[in-house]
Amino acid sequence: MLTLTSPVNTWAHSLPAGAKLLALCGFTAILFALKSPQLQLAACGGTAGIIASCGIEFVRRSVHVLRPIWFFVAIVALWHLWSDDISGGAVVILRMITAVAAANFVTMTTRLSDMITVLERLARPLERIGVSPGILALAVALVIRFIPVMMHRSAQIRESWRARSARRPGWRIMLPVTLAALDDADRVAEALRARGGTG
Amino acid sequence: MEKNLTHIALFAALIAVLGLVPKIDLISGVPITAQSMGIMLCGTVLGAKRGALAVLLFLALVAVGLPLLAGGRGGLGVFASPSVGFLIGFPVAAFVAGLIVERWSTNIGIAAFAGAFIGGIVVLYAFGIPGMAVMLDKTMTEAAGLATPFLIGDVIKATLTALITSAIAQMRPGALLSRPQA
Repeated sequence: MLTLTSPVNTWAHSLPAGAKLLALCGFTAILFALKSPQLQLAACGGTAGIIASCGIEFVRRSVHVLRPIWFFVAIVALWHLWSDDISGGAVVILRMITAVAAANFVTMTTRLSDMITVLERLARPLERIGVSPGILALAVALVIRFIPVMMHRSAQIRESWRARSARRPGWRIMLPVTLAALDDADRVAEALRARGGTG
Repeated sequence: MEKNLTHIALFAALIAVLGLVPKIDLISGVPITAQSMGIMLCGTVLGAKRGALAVLLFLALVAVGLPLLAGGRGGLGVFASPSVGFLIGFPVAAFVAGLIVERWSTNIGIAAFAGAFIGGIVVLYAFGIPGMAVMLDKTMTEAAGLATPFLIGDVIKATLTALITSAIAQMRPGALLSRPQA
C-alpha cells in the first residue's frame, strides 16, 4: 500500500526515528511558545531550508501534502485582515504552516517499518493490561491487509448496484460493506483459532 | 479473544475504507466523506471498549504515516493541523456511542441514533472546537462558528448510522457486539 514516506532518499532518512520524533515534539512546543511574528518567520524559514536541502522533488511533495491547511490559512488570513490584527494573524498562519510542514517532514523521511518499531516500543506499557506486542503487530498487519480487500469489495458492490439500478449507489452500499466486514472478522477469528490462536 | 482482535482490526480498516471511497469536496480541501460514520459505527456496532480500540488502532496507523484519513491525508502533520481536536475526540466519540448503545436497552435504532448523535457529534465537537480554538488562536465561539457548516452533514450521518446499526441487529443479531445476546 502507498505510504507517505518519500521514495526520494534524503540525508534525513538515515537519522533514527525516535530522535526525529523527539526533536519534532520539542520543536512544536517551542513554536507554540514563540509569540513574535519575526521569530515565527525565522522558524518557518529554517524549516523551509531543511526541506529545500532534500531536493526539488521532495519540496514538490512537501508542498502537495500541505494542501489540507490552505483552507484554514485562508480563513485566518481573511479574519485578521478584517479585524486589522496583521501580526497576530501572521503568527497563527506561520505557526500552522511550520508545525504541519515539520511533522510531515518527519513522516516523509521515516520508513513505515521504523515508525512501527517506535509504535511497538510506545505500546510496551500496554502489556500489563493484556495487549502484547505480538497482538498489536498482528492487528496492524490485519488492517493493512484488509484495506485493499475491502476497497475491492466495496467497488464490486457498487458495480452490482449499478447493474441493477439507474440510481446512484450512495450511502446504501454501506450496509453490505459493513456486514461483509463483520463476516470477515468472524472468519479470520476462526482461522486464527484453527492455527493455535493469539495466546 | 481472537474475535475481539479481528473485529477491532477489521473495523479500523472499515474506517479507512469509508474515508477513501466516496468523496465529495464541499469547500476545496475539506472533504466530506463517510469516515466519521465509520467512527460512529465502531461504537454502535462493536460497543464502547472495542469501538474505541478500533479507532485508536486506525489513528496509530495514520500517525505512522499511512494516508488513511479522508482525502488521503495522514502522517504526523495531521496531528499538528487545526483539526487535531477532532482526531483526539474520535476514540472518545466511539466509546460514548458504544456506551449508550450498551447501557440504554431501548429499541436499537433509537439507542444507536442517540449514541451516534451524542458520541459522534456532541462529544466529538467538544474536542474538535477547543482544538481549533487553540490552533487558530480564536475564541471558542469563533471556532464553533467554523464547525457549524458540518453539523447538518453529521446529523445525516448519525441517522444513517442508526439505520445501518438496526439493519445489522436484524440481519446478524449475533454480530452486534454492543448488544450481546443473552
